[in-house]
Formats: sequence, C-alpha cells, structure tokens
Amino acid sequence: MSARPVRVRACPQGPLLVRGADVVLDEEGSEHQVARPVVAVCVCGRSARKPWCDDTHKAVRAERP
Amino acid sequence: MNLPAPCGPMSRRVVETLLGHRTSHVLAYGDEPVLTDRDAQLALWILYELSYRGFSGVDARLEWDVDLIGLRLTLEDRFEGELRSATHDRVAQELQHGDDIGGLLLQMAEGESPRVSSYLRREATEEQMLDFLRERSLQQLKESDPQAFLVPRLQGAAKVALMEVQYDEFGAGRADGLHQDLYARTLAAVSLDATYGAYVNDVSAISLAAANMMSLFSLNRRLVAAGVGHFAILEATSSVPSRRIAAGLERLGLSPAAPYFEEHVEADAVHEQIVARDVCGSVVADNPALLPEVIFGAASLLYVDRLSGEELLRRWGSLDHDDERPAEMAS
Repeated sequence: MSARPVRVRACPQGPLLVRGADVVLDEEGSEHQVARPVVAVCVCGRSARKPWCDDTHKAVRAERP
Repeated sequence: MNLPAPCGPMSRRVVETLLGHRTSHVLAYGDEPVLTDRDAQLALWILYELSYRGFSGVDARLEWDVDLIGLRLTLEDRFEGELRSATHDRVAQELQHGDDIGGLLLQMAEGESPRVSSYLRREATEEQMLDFLRERSLQQLKESDPQAFLVPRLQGAAKVALMEVQYDEFGAGRADGLHQDLYARTLAAVSLDATYGAYVNDVSAISLAAANMMSLFSLNRRLVAAGVGHFAILEATSSVPSRRIAAGLERLGLSPAAPYFEEHVEADAVHEQIVARDVCGSVVADNPALLPEVIFGAASLLYVDRLSGEELLRRWGSLDHDDERPAEMAS
C-alpha cells in the first residue's frame, strides 16, 4: 500500500497525471495496475489504450479547424 | 567498444591521439558546415564518448587531454553556431507566443511533420525499417544518459521533475525495464547487432549530429536550458511516432521488435507533460531570461530531426511521399 497521498493533476488540453495510485478503474470498471511512477490517464476519450493516454488528443486537436 | 574507423582528418587526429600517436600538425578546418560533415561529427562523437563509456585500449585519462579538449571546443563552437543560425528565426517567432512555456513546447512539437513514422507504418520495406533502427541505435543505446548530466545543474522543482522522468527511463527500479536495454532487445529481435556503438561506422553524419547535439547541451553547463528544451521536444515527438513504428513492425512481421516502441507510447505521453511543464516550466520560472535558450534547444532538435527525416526518405526514394506536407515547406 502506498504511504503517499495520491495526487492527480490536469494538464491543459492533455491527460490527467496521476501519482501514487496503485490501480486505475476504466469505464467498464476493469482494474488496471499502475506500473510506472506517474501515469497519464486519458481525458479526451479517444485513446486506443484506455485508461492510459496515448497522445491521441493531439490528433483530436489537429482535426479542429 | 572499439575505436571507430576514422573517415577524415579530424576523426583521424582524434583516433591517433587516443592511440598515443601525437602529432604537431595543425588541423586545417574548412568552411563547410560541421553539422553535415561526417568527419567532424564522428570526431565529436568519439570525443564525447570518452565521457560516457570510453573505448577499449584507450587511456581513460584522455577524457581530459588538453589537446583533445581544445579540438572539442572548436568543433562545439561551430556546431552550436550552426544550430543557432538555423534556428534563429524559429526561436524569435516562438518567443512571440506568450510565456506558457509548457504549452508552447508541446505546440512546437505538434507542428512537426510525422512523415518518417507514417512511412514506416504504412510503406517501409523490412530493409528500410532495419535501416531506421540502425540509424537510431547510436542515440537509443544510450537513451537518457546525456540528460542524466543535466540533473546536478538544475535545482528545486526542475530537478525533482527531471529525476521523476529519469527514474522511469532508467527502469523504475527494474533492471529489465531500462529503456536503453529495451532498444538493445529490439535490435537483437531483428538480428541486428545490439552492441553499444556497433553501427558507428555505418550511420550518417546527421545521425551522429543528432546524438552529439544531446551531449553538446548536456555536457556544457552553460547550455543546460537548451538541454531541457531539447529533452521536452524529444519526449513530445515520441509517443505518436512510436505507435506508428510499432504498427509498422507488426505489419512487417517484426513484432518481437515492437515492445520498445509500445512502451514509449504510454511512457512518453507522461514524460512530455512533465518535461515541458515541470522541468522547463520551473527552469523558466526560476530565471525568465532562460526562455530563449529553452526554445533554442527545442528548435534545434526539430531542425536536426527534419534533416534526418529528409535524409532517410530521400535514401528510401520517398522524399515526395506526401502524407502530411512537402518537407521543403516545413519550417
């Protein structure tokens, strides 16, 4: 169990950076183990690797005029 | 590692000095740019390598040999000068876009053409994919080593943020997670030589320059701000291309080589945010006068990356391949 508090930070036009979490639940409630010190959680909804960010938000932004 | 084979007067001078053959001949430097001069870039690469892992049969004390340091400074001055000239307009232009350095860096990276990775995903032959992996091997086999030299030159929040990324780059406490070793396993998976520096005699001047630029910024304390700006763009131009390259490897039936790139899709989506916003953001918050230097490092990477991309596509007969925009128009 992590002794440090979980910290979540919203990046402008980007993912949530999550520090100190052990598990992230996706939209279906499936558990995803956190395997690195900081993880980026998808916010735009378009990642192919949800719940993790795969930088697809950049393409989403590029589609806009 | 064995000493590379010299390919001109400058690299020959370096190699001969390292082998103990002193000469008093004055080296004549031409007026040609060193950025695209394989001899100059190889000489610089060998000189820098003395500060990383060195060469078998070479006295390690020669890292600080006065003559070699003199040659290194001459080459570095010219290399840096060429990068500054090439990026001058871009830096001036970016500086007009406000002072949210994190957002600005991520925006700079997004404007770049992903043509090489798109080509690798959709069209590259197996030989072209191997060519790409070989050209990149020089820098990927020491991935994040140059940036480790930035750590003691930073302080406070910037240092903490850089170490957070570096911890991940260096395996997050697991020896089998060391990113540079993941790249070695990628090379081995496609039967390429995974030995450190194995392809130094094969890669182009631009590939040497791309590796040398990191050492230039990381081994000179005065360039630390350029070093973090460079690192931000390195991270910010990795996640999406890595996904494409992994897909290209799958398409070619080379999926055992894909894990390195798969890892970088998620890892660098995290790292780019931390390096751009926290490392570079803190450096500029501590000293706003460093903003142009951060942008200089960022623009330098984008510039050399574009040269490298054009070179590869030209070699593969695809420079006109238009999945984004013509390379000549990219600026």
